[in-house]
Amino acid sequence: MPLIENGRIGEDAWSFIPDGEPVPNDRPVIISFERWQAERASFDGRNAKLGVRLKGGTLAGAIAPDLDRFALVAVEFPKFRDGRGFSTARELRERYGYAGEIRAVGHVIPDQYQFLVRTGFTSVEAPEGTNPESWANALTEITIAFQPSIDDTQPLSLLRRKLGVAG
Amino acid sequence: MNHIAPGARAGIYHYDEIDRRFVGERVEQFRRQVERRLSGELTEEEFKPIRLMNGLYLQLHAYMLRIAVPYGVMSAVQLRKLAEIGRTYDKGYGHFTTRQNLQYNWIKLEDTPAILNALADVDMHALQTSGNCVRNVTTDQFVGAAKDEVVDGRVYAEILRQWTSLHPEFTYLPRKFKIAISGAASDRAAVRVHDVGLLARRNEAGEAGFTFYVGGGLGRSPFIGKLVREWVAEEDFVAYLEAILRVYNQYGRRDNIYKARIKILVHELGLEKFKAEVEEEFARLRGPKYRLDPAIVAEIRTHFAPPPFEDLPETSSALERAKAENPAFANWVAVNVAEHKAPGYAIATISLKPPGGIPGDASCDQMDVIADLAEQYSFGELRVSHVQNIVLAHVKQDELYALWQKLDAVNLGTANAGLIGDIIACPGLDYCALANARAIPLAQAISARFADPLRQRTIGELGIKISGCINACGHHHVAAIGILGVDKKGTEFYQITVGGDPTLTTAIGDILGPAVTEHEAVDAIEAIVEVYLANRTGESERFLDTLARVGHGPFKERIYAAD
Amino acid sequence: MPSPDGTLHAITANRLRDGVVVFLGAAGAWVESFADAALLTEAEATTALAAAKAQAERDQFGVDLYAFEVESENGAALPVKMRERIRTLGPSVRLDLGKQAAA
Repeated sequence: MPLIENGRIGEDAWSFIPDGEPVPNDRPVIISFERWQAERASFDGRNAKLGVRLKGGTLAGAIAPDLDRFALVAVEFPKFRDGRGFSTARELRERYGYAGEIRAVGHVIPDQYQFLVRTGFTSVEAPEGTNPESWANALTEITIAFQPSIDDTQPLSLLRRKLGVAG
Repeated sequence: MNHIAPGARAGIYHYDEIDRRFVGERVEQFRRQVERRLSGELTEEEFKPIRLMNGLYLQLHAYMLRIAVPYGVMSAVQLRKLAEIGRTYDKGYGHFTTRQNLQYNWIKLEDTPAILNALADVDMHALQTSGNCVRNVTTDQFVGAAKDEVVDGRVYAEILRQWTSLHPEFTYLPRKFKIAISGAASDRAAVRVHDVGLLARRNEAGEAGFTFYVGGGLGRSPFIGKLVREWVAEEDFVAYLEAILRVYNQYGRRDNIYKARIKILVHELGLEKFKAEVEEEFARLRGPKYRLDPAIVAEIRTHFAPPPFEDLPETSSALERAKAENPAFANWVAVNVAEHKAPGYAIATISLKPPGGIPGDASCDQMDVIADLAEQYSFGELRVSHVQNIVLAHVKQDELYALWQKLDAVNLGTANAGLIGDIIACPGLDYCALANARAIPLAQAISARFADPLRQRTIGELGIKISGCINACGHHHVAAIGILGVDKKGTEFYQITVGGDPTLTTAIGDILGPAVTEHEAVDAIEAIVEVYLANRTGESERFLDTLARVGHGPFKERIYAAD
Repeated sequence: MPSPDGTLHAITANRLRDGVVVFLGAAGAWVESFADAALLTEAEATTALAAAKAQAERDQFGVDLYAFEVESENGAALPVKMRERIRTLGPSVRLDLGKQAAA
C-alpha cells in the first residue's frame, strides 16, 4: 500500500506480520498489540526494528510502559470518522514523550492529513489508487491554525499560528 | 475576495488579514473537496462529514446551508449580505435557528463554494455549524447590553470559536459538541442543556472564571448538565475544555449513534469517575502551552468595546408620552423591551413570530429592513436569539417609538416576546429529512389561535416549543408546554409535555398523556391555558408555578376527560 | 402498472450536484416529477433500487436513494406517507415553493 510521508508517496521499509505468521528477525516489522502482549518474551534480544499496531479502541496508556521497545507505533482508524487515533497520537507524544514513528493505518482520507501531522503522526498508509495530489495539497491548503499542537508552528499572535514553518 | 468592512462599531470580532486568509483558504479547500466528490474521488460516505463541517446538509427538498452567526451577533452589513445570498442562491428567505444561526433551504451543492466566498467577503462562514465537531458557541442574546451582566460572554465565545476552528484532535468526535456561555444573573442561553454549559462569573477579587456543567442535552435521552467544577480560572479555561474533550474523544461511545453524546459518557461513567478522568488530564495540560494568556483575552476584548453611548437620563419622557398615546406601542414596550445597562438605552426584541407565521423565517426584504434599522438605531449591530428572534441591543429609549413604527410597517412589530405566541419550532417534516411530523403548521395554528395581544398578556410568560422528531431541535423538553411530533403509521401525532424549564432551574417536562392529532393539539393547548387561568392565585403566578402547585391532575382531566 | 397485491413502490433520490428530488422513471431514467415515476411491485422495487444505487454511485448522480410506498387514490398515485407527499410537492407551509409551485 502507498505510504505517505512529508506529503509524498514514499518507500515503506516496514511490513506488518499478521498474528500466527513467523516474525522475520532481519528487517523492520510491525506486530499487533495483542501479539506483543501474548508473546513479548519472544522478542527479547531482537536487533531489527520492531513496531506495534494498536486497534482503534486501544488507548495510548496501554502501550506506554513498553514504548522504548518500539521504533514505530501504528494507530488504526477503523473508519475515518472514528477520531480516537488523533488523541492516541497526541498522548503518545505529549504525555508519554514518544519520539519514534507514529503511523496512521486503516481508513484515513487526505482531508485528515493535516490533523494527523498536527497530532503527531509521521506517516500514513493510504489505500491503493489514492490520488497523491490530494495528499500533497492537504498539507499546504490551510496555513493558519488557532491552537497549539505537536508540529512546529510559529505563533503569529495570541491564539493564532502559522503552519508549516519549521522551528 | 472583495472584502467589505463588516461595521466598525458592531460588537463582533473584526477579522484581520490572518483571519481572512484562513477563511479564504477554507473556502478553496471546500471548492476542491466538492470537485473531488463530483469526480468520484471522494465517496458520499467520505464527503458527507466534510460537507457537514462546512454547514451543508442534504434535506427533504434540496441541500440546506447553515451559516454561522458566532454567538448570535452580527453587523448590519453582514445581514445585508445574507439577504443578498438568499436572493441570489436561495428563494428569497432564510430561517433563524435555535442555535442562533441562519439556514437557507434550497441550496445547490455546486453553488456552495461561491456562497461561502460571498460570506467570506463580510468575514462570515459556515464552519462547524454541523458535523461531529465543536459547534458554533452560543451565548446570551443580550450579551454586552443586559443590566444583569457580570461577564461579557462574547470574549470567551470568540476565544472558543478560534480555538475550536479545525482543531486537529477534536474534529472527528464521537458526536456533535455544543457549548453555551452565560455571563449574566439570568440564564438566557439554556446552559444546562448543552454538552458543556458555562457560567462566567467573577470571584471576590473581580477576576473572571467559569462554572462548568457537563453532559446536558436534549434529544432522545434528555439530561440536565451536571456540575463538574465550581470554579475554573480564566487562565485555565482552554486547558480545562481541552481536558474534557480529550476524555470524551477517547472514551465516548462510537458503537451507537444514539449513545455517543457526552451526556451518555457522563451518565455511564458516573459523575465522580468522569470528573477524576478530566482532572487527571487537566493536571497535566495545565501549564504554559495551554495557559490562556490575559493578553489574549485583553486583545480579544478590544473587539467588543461598548459602542459610544451618549450620556442620557435614566428614563425618557418621549418614550412615556408615546406609550401614553399609543396602547399598541405601550404593549410592545412592556413585552419586547428589556433593560439596558447604559442609562437611556433599551434592548428591543424583534419578534419573528407574527400570528400564523413561520417561526424564525425572515424574507430577504425583511432582513434588509432590519439591517437598515440596526444601522439607524443600534450602532449597526443585531443579534439572533435562541428563541428565533432578532434583537437590537442598544436602542435609545427616545427612539423606540420610531423603531416600532418602522417594524410594524413590515409585519415585524409583533408584541409577544416570551409569551404564548413566541413559539420555537424546528423546520419539521416540511423541510427536514430526519423529522417524523410537521412542526410549523402546528405553531402557525397555535399562534393564530392566541393572536390577541391582550389575551397573550393576560396569560403571561409561557413558552411553547415544538419539535418534529425526538432529536428535539425545537427544545420541546425544556418548554413550559412542549410538543413532540411523532409518526404513527404515516400519520402525524403530537405528544404534549408540561413543566420544562431551560433556565438555571432546569427541568425536563413530563408527558401529560397520549399523543393527539394536530387539530386536537391546538384545542389541548387552549384547555391547558384555561385550566391555568382558572387555577392561578393571581397574575404574578406563572404557568410553571401553578403547575408545580396543582400538579398534572386538573390539566389531564380537562384534556383527556372526553376519552 | 398496478401490481397484483395492490402495493406499489416508487424510488427516489436527491441529485448530487444540486440536491433536487428525483424519481426513477421508466427505463431507468431519473425524472423530476412524481407523475413520471415508475410504479413498481415490491420485488421490482428491490431489484431496481439495488441497480439504481450501483449506477448512481458510478455516475456520481444521485444520493440517499430509497423506495417508498405508493397508494392509488381515485386512479391517481399518491405516496402513502406524509414525508414523501411533502417530498413530491414541497413544504406544506409554503405552497409557492418546490415542485408544487412549478405545477
